[in-house]
Amino acid sequence: MYAFNYQNPKSVADAAAALSKGGDAKLLAGGQSLIAAMKLRLSAPTDLIDLGGIKELSGIKVEGNNISIGAMTRHAEVARSKEVQAKIPALASLAGGIGDRMVRNMGTIGGSLAHNDPVADYPAGVLGLNATVHTNKRKIAADDFFKGMFETALAAGEIIVSVSFPVPKRAAYIKFKNPASRYAIVGVLAAETASGVRVAVTGAASSVFRVAAMEKALAAKWSADAVAGISVPADKLNSDLHASAEYRAHLITVMARRAVEAAK
Amino acid sequence: MSDDRVYPVSIEVNGTLREAQVPARLTLVDFLRDTLRLTGTHAGCEHGICGACSVLLDGEPVRSCIMYAVQADGRKVTTIEGLAQPDGRPGALQDAFCEAHATQCGYCTPGMVIAAHALLETNPAPAEQEIREAIGGNLCRCTGYQQIVDAIKLAAGKNTGNAA
Repeated sequence: MYAFNYQNPKSVADAAAALSKGGDAKLLAGGQSLIAAMKLRLSAPTDLIDLGGIKELSGIKVEGNNISIGAMTRHAEVARSKEVQAKIPALASLAGGIGDRMVRNMGTIGGSLAHNDPVADYPAGVLGLNATVHTNKRKIAADDFFKGMFETALAAGEIIVSVSFPVPKRAAYIKFKNPASRYAIVGVLAAETASGVRVAVTGAASSVFRVAAMEKALAAKWSADAVAGISVPADKLNSDLHASAEYRAHLITVMARRAVEAAK
Repeated sequence: MSDDRVYPVSIEVNGTLREAQVPARLTLVDFLRDTLRLTGTHAGCEHGICGACSVLLDGEPVRSCIMYAVQADGRKVTTIEGLAQPDGRPGALQDAFCEAHATQCGYCTPGMVIAAHALLETNPAPAEQEIREAIGGNLCRCTGYQQIVDAIKLAAGKNTGNAA
């Protein structure tokens, strides 16, 4: 990979200042996607700003009826957190199913969300659980955060600080995974939340999306049968060597049914 | 930027504090292999897929090819060399890999042993499914994985006093 300047700030304010200095600076979180992309020269930042030394970005806090997860919290920490397991088991299980143990020890929730890989798991967790992304500048509702393939609402110079998840009444995340990478070929998070029923799908299209027809059916009656007959049209879904768009459409219904059954 | 500025790092590797000045783009695996000449850690795919480069970072397995040496500053790294007995002979887990014929070409072995070690540290008597999950981030193109799973079972049996 090409050489870059390295900075290791100790506060979000310092990181933001470094980020605003110009050049093509990027934030380094867990590096599990970024460093691989740099090695392949898909990404060649002039500056890397390592967030690993910023203590305020890590950790899990219960705040009333919300769980707030710092942006640099590793997937492994979310998966083994007693608080997350007790209050949002769907989220602990989602984090524990990301990639493999090595990825979970380095990868972070903030990095995953900022990257917004179409096959990542966390976008389904954030959108399905109606979480709020807190940045150094504002709060962004999940419905406004994901904009498209590898694209989010984050502006230049904006840094994710934490993600706040309201505790749902019940939820589950089920994915049909690629057996090698464990990426979601299709992953569905179904949740009954204080603000209504939400069904979020990852892996199937260019970015995570909700399925309104399933949400409406589940709001009327929370049961696997309610979604069994609802399918998403295949025309906007991904086709690749792992699965055709038609197969992904089929999987969405199957994963949604299983998620509703598993929700707790 | 075209020139490589260097940054100081201080990393405890296998119990010994190692200090060096490294370019930011030097990966941890290259630091271990080229700077420290600890060539037991293997560089395989070099972009985070195969797991051959796995090492323990503060006791947890990570891929050293998609991590910079500067990110390990102030941390503890254990490589395959660090799992040997004090006199340099292989440890019990490494012996089990030999006994079960789990190495074949040997390229993936350091990463496999690191992954297995991390598993047995927290789960001394894992079920087969847990073993397969623990080495799920490590590719082997020789064994079909069965002998590796057997080796880890063998080591676990010795750990817990049960003959495998």
